[in-house]
Amino acid sequence: MAKSEHSERKVVIPGEVIFKGEDYLPGEGTEKRGDEIVAIKYGLAEESNGLVKVISLSGVYQPRRGNVVIGKVENLTFYGWVIDIDSPEGAFLPLQEVPGFVSKDGLAEIMDIGDMVAAKIIGIGGRGIDLTIKLRGLGKIEDGLIIKINSNKVPRVIGKEGSMINLIKEESGCNVTVGQNGLIWIKGNKIEDELLVKKAIMFITEKSFTSGLTEEVKEWFEGEKGK
Amino acid sequence: MTKQKGFERPDGRKVDEMRKMEAKVGIVPNADGSAMFSFGDTIAIAAVYGPRKMHPQHQQDPEKGTLRCTYSMLSFSVSDRIKPGPSRRSMEISKITEWALEPILMIKRYPNMVIDVHINILQANASTRCAGINAAALALAHAGIPMREMVSSVSIGKLDKQLVVDVNKDEEDWEEGEGATDIPITMTPNGMITHLQLDGKITSKELKEAIELARKAAKEIYEVQKKALKESLKE
Repeated sequence: MAKSEHSERKVVIPGEVIFKGEDYLPGEGTEKRGDEIVAIKYGLAEESNGLVKVISLSGVYQPRRGNVVIGKVENLTFYGWVIDIDSPEGAFLPLQEVPGFVSKDGLAEIMDIGDMVAAKIIGIGGRGIDLTIKLRGLGKIEDGLIIKINSNKVPRVIGKEGSMINLIKEESGCNVTVGQNGLIWIKGNKIEDELLVKKAIMFITEKSFTSGLTEEVKEWFEGEKGK
Repeated sequence: MTKQKGFERPDGRKVDEMRKMEAKVGIVPNADGSAMFSFGDTIAIAAVYGPRKMHPQHQQDPEKGTLRCTYSMLSFSVSDRIKPGPSRRSMEISKITEWALEPILMIKRYPNMVIDVHINILQANASTRCAGINAAALALAHAGIPMREMVSSVSIGKLDKQLVVDVNKDEEDWEEGEGATDIPITMTPNGMITHLQLDGKITSKELKEAIELARKAAKEIYEVQKKALKESLKE
């Protein structure tokens, strides 16, 4: 394949040779066999500065460091909370990663089983996933609406540099937190606004393959408001 | 492979001709990955769930993940109703499917976890395990699980002294001469064999010929699988 075609993304299947030659480095979802870069996952192959990676478009959510996720408190331990974030491995929110002082007997007062929480992944190690809520915008979710979408469609809901999510926020006046695991927290002044955001997100997930989606969603909002 | 004089297949196919194949990806909305694969009237669907935590905990393997396949023929898949639920035959095929798929999966990345593959045969006309493995390979790829390679599975038959590709029910019950020998083979596109079964009698020379036939057929199947995966993203 010639270098000029590299910017174009293409669909690859496991075992397919993406590039030949020594100019490339294998990134996520790829492997080097001899002088070939081979895909080991089904998805879109991308190349930038010689690094080749494959982005999955289906399957379960794969947690990554730095991801903001929304999860449900599954259990309490002496040292923190076990959070279900819809990933293969369970996540843990330690006491130290909660702002303010928490006494060891008072865990349930902060968050109890069944509560929803927005958190950030700070580490993935052999012992599982570690979370934090010591940042702005994170913490226990008290009110609003939570919906679930396919985690592979999250980048479409956020849009290029957040263009889509900013459009939704402006049009509805709601505060929207998108978890990379596919859970979305919508907080607005009126329930009608929150339901409008839900409808808009469902519209985006259905049309996730069309290009120029942000413009289309803008028109959709105008149509919805005219009703 | 040459055709012997006076030999005709019951459905008039050439000896190395396969039945019409069809494949589709993403047919079970609630699964993490799913696919359908058919050889003529044999239709298999596969759904993949996971990787997820293995339960019960004592079955967890901290060294590598576990692949768990469940093959089942639906009660209406053949003309005589078959009793639903696990049987000696379905348990054997489930295990065989696991062994056929495990070498290509990079399952080491998922310690303490399990990947569940459920294969259901909607309609059966022989070669169901092959259709099941083909569907399962597609569904695993669709679930985004890292794999070294795809696999394709085909059954080679020996009817009397004639080798044929992709056996159907009439051929499986062949009674003339030496009778029927059924050889389901699973291999990667470059010819690495991950599974081979043999039911009947065959000479080693004929078996080598059968493997060569399977190589050619597996390439054809691979193209169908590749097309199904690539087209599901173009919508």
